[in-house]
Parts: sequence; structure tokens; C-alpha cells
Amino acid sequence: MSNEKNVSVIVNGSEVKFVTPSHRTLLEALRHEGFVEIKCGCEKGDCGACAVLLDGEPVDSCLTLAWHVDGREVTTIKGIGHHGKADPLQKAFIETGAAQCGYCTPGIIIAAKSLLKDNPNPSLADIKRGLSGNLCRCTGYTRIFEAVQLAAKELRAEGEAA
Amino acid sequence: MLPPFDLCEPQSLADALQALSKHSDARPLAGATNLVPDLRDKRETCRNFISLEALDELRYIKRDGGRVTLGARTTIADILDDDGMKTDAPALYASAQIFGGAMVRTAATIGGNICCGSPSADSVPPLLTLDADVTLSSACGERTVPIDEFYVDYKKTVMRSDEMLTSVSWNVPPQGSANLFYKLARRKGDAITVTGVAVMIAVQGGVCSTARIALGSVGPTIFRAGAAEDMLMGKALSEDIIEQAAKAAADRCSPIDDIRAGAGYRLQTAHSLTRRLVTQAWQQIA
Ligand SMILES: Cc1cc2nc3c(=O)[nH]c(=O)nc-3n(C[C@H](O)[C@H](O)[C@H](O)COP(=O)(O)OP(=O)(O)OC[C@H]3O[C@@H](n4cnc5c(N)ncnc54)[C@H](O)[C@@H]3O)c2cc1C
Repeated sequence: MSNEKNVSVIVNGSEVKFVTPSHRTLLEALRHEGFVEIKCGCEKGDCGACAVLLDGEPVDSCLTLAWHVDGREVTTIKGIGHHGKADPLQKAFIETGAAQCGYCTPGIIIAAKSLLKDNPNPSLADIKRGLSGNLCRCTGYTRIFEAVQLAAKELRAEGEAA
Repeated sequence: MLPPFDLCEPQSLADALQALSKHSDARPLAGATNLVPDLRDKRETCRNFISLEALDELRYIKRDGGRVTLGARTTIADILDDDGMKTDAPALYASAQIFGGAMVRTAATIGGNICCGSPSADSVPPLLTLDADVTLSSACGERTVPIDEFYVDYKKTVMRSDEMLTSVSWNVPPQGSANLFYKLARRKGDAITVTGVAVMIAVQGGVCSTARIALGSVGPTIFRAGAAEDMLMGKALSEDIIEQAAKAAADRCSPIDDIRAGAGYRLQTAHSLTRRLVTQAWQQIA
């Protein structure tokens, strides 16, 4: 039982190759390859800590079979931005103090990134709906919502300037 | 860790149907949002899956005259991305808006939601109020079943082991109709439905010409409250008539106690939500 497959996937712009059995999740496979910025939380799709973009759309990597990402593109939080080249969302999280322990932050920024791509001017209700698949047990969400609103404002200003 | 299982990845629907007919113990795997948690928690015992991942031919929204058809691999996010769905299936669109979180909506398919057979599957009450038909395909051919006849008991459907669901279709609701859905849950986003109600009400010449009431999470299957619907037909709806129908709808329920709510609460909310939605629908159109 359980067959194997050679998978080749682009992660944050670089090709990654591995062999995976059918029952390995994308979360397990990518953390094993060193992408430990993807956080392992509930492993049943409830908490969103493991969210990544798959071909630009947000998925829970704990619910995705590694087998299914062959030939596709994955973006983790490190592909969104990093020190020296931070994304407006990451800057806004720092600015507003939206991270406490920080465990949920990668997944929340992934979900927020996808929300702002589809909806550059979200209402508070839109933000709540966009982040309803992410749990944060420290902040009470207020500053997270503020951060997303701030980043949306920055991005709109950038768009108008361009 | 998930338990080991066999997975094959057919590149065409024809190959997938062949695989299903050859392996009587094999089952389709679509978005895997039910299957992965169920495998992890050992609720799922199947160890042989046929992945539908490569079958783009099952991922579409088609319109032909007044008929809308969704391929089984159409995702909940695809439904939300299609503005036409707001009028082609208002209650289904509403159910997609409060379905899971963003990540689940990307992966979850309409076929998986219909086939999982869960009493809390949110797309199903809306589809029942639309009189939707499901198409079941096998290597020997296909058949169309009204979704009202699809469920036979808790997580049991009329689908054979060599069949899979390939599409679901319905007629666009007529002018002068209202199609609403309400999901009661512990919180507004990403929660399992405690009581789900969908209604379709149409008016013609001042009286109710179509009445559909479907209830979720209040019995072993999602069902239509036929007696309640009959009480509304042909009448100008008054508070009194609506109240009687809501009571009849609640009488059809056989809810259980679970960690999310007690049976008594479910009965009471089935009653009040039916009353509320029929009232709102009638106010919109009468
Ligand atoms: C965090 C979380 C939140 C959720 N929130 C909701 C919610 O708000 N509302 C809701 O209704 N559900 C919810 N779900 C449940 C689940 O996401 C949905 O039921 C989803 O639509 C299942 O589709 P899938 O493609 O992922 O199915 P899978 O998990 O791939 O399959 C589910 C079942 O259907 C069968 N199947 C799938 N496709 C077919 C087909 N074409 N033909 C025959 N059989 C098929 C499979 O064999 C399996 O038995 C949630 C799940 C999670 C993990």
C-alpha cells in the first residue's frame, strides 16, 4: 500500500525536488525540505498556521497532498518578503504590533495577501471573512485587522503613485 | 502522519471511471478537505483513492439557456469568483460566502460537499431549494438523480461504488422569486453548522407559486420539509400561515445532541429560522 511519486515544485522561485509517498502532506514534505517557516498547528485545516499560496491561491498545506503539487508553484511567508525587502503587510504587522508569539503570523499574512489581491479596499467585515480560517490565540485580532487595513492603504497609495 | 493509502491519478474522466469500476474498494479524492482530517482521525477506513486533481474537465460553470451546470471539481472559491452565481443561485452563493475559511474554500469542491453526505454540508440545502439534479457517471454510462432523492440515510446515498458524481445542475430561479440561506453556527466564520435553512419562495398573482424549504444539521440527512411547503402553496402568506409552516418544518426534524448544540436548541432554531427566512423571502417579492 502507499505508492511514491517524484515531485518537482517551485518554492519561492526555486525548484525543489523530492520523492513522496501518497499519504504525505505538503506541510510535512516542505518542512522536511527545510521550509520551517511554514508552521504546523492543528493539522486539520482549522487554524491556518500552515497556509501557503499554491499557484497564487491560499491553501492549508496540512490538507494538501504533497503528491498534488508536482509542476506547480508554492509561496511561503519567506517568498512574500523578508528583512530588507519586506512586504507592505509585513511592515504593517510590525508597525501596529500585530504579532505577539508570532506562530500564526505567517499563515495570517498569506491569507491577507490573497485577500488584498482580490479586494484592495476591504471593509472590516471583508477582512474578518478573509481571515476566518486563521486562529490567533494571543492578540484578540484587533491589531491584526488594523495591520491589514494599514497595508491595504499603503498598497492603494503605491498603486496611485505608480 | 496520515495512514498509508494507495493513490492513482487518472488523466481523464474515462480513465477515472475505469479505475472505479475495476477497484470496488476505491473512492474518489477531490479537494481532500474532508478526507485528510478523516484519515488522520481514523474516521475514514478506505485506503484506496482515485485522485480527481488532474481532471480539469470536471471544473467548470456552464450556462445553457436557463440551465446552470457545475462540474464536480468546481471549488467553493470558483463559485464566489463567478458574479453570475449571485442571481443564478442566490442561496448557494450565500452558503459559499460563509463556507469554511479562505484556504478551505480554495480546495473544497462542490462534488465533495454533496458526496460526503454530511447533514451539515452547506451547499446542499440551497441545492435542494433549487430542485437541482446530480449526474452520476460510471464506465457503463450515466444517470441523473434529483438531489432530493440522492440521500437515503446518514452519510448514505444512492451512488453505487462504481459511480462518481460528475456534475450538478438546476434552472435559474424565475423572476419574482427569493432564494435565501441562513447558517447558524458557534461563530460567523469557519464553523460547522448547528442549524442550516434554505428557502425558495416565488409569487404569482399575489399568491405563493413555489415553496421550497430545506433543513440541514437537524436529522440524519439534509431534507425538504414537504408538508410545510404544501401549507404555503397557493396562498398569500400571512404571519399565521408562515408560523404554521415553520412549526410543520420543525416537526419533520429529528436532531441529535452533540458538542455544538442540544437537540432542543436545534428544533427551536429550525422553527424560528424557517419562520424568519420565509417571512424575509415573502417581503422581498410580494
Ligand atoms: C476547516 C474546515 C472547515 C470546513 N468548513 C465547512 C463549511 O463551512 N461547510 C461545509 O459544508 N463543509 C465544510 N468543511 C468540510 C469540507 O471542506 C467540505 O465538505 C468540502 O466541500 C468537501 O469537498 P472536497 O473536495 O474537499 O472533498 P474530499 O475530502 O476530497 O471528499 C469528500 C468525500 O466525497 C467523496 N467525493 C469527492 N468528490 C466526489 C465525486 N466527484 N464523486 C463521488 N464522490 C466524491 C470522497 O470519496 C469523500 O468520501 C470544512 C472542512 C474543514 C477542514
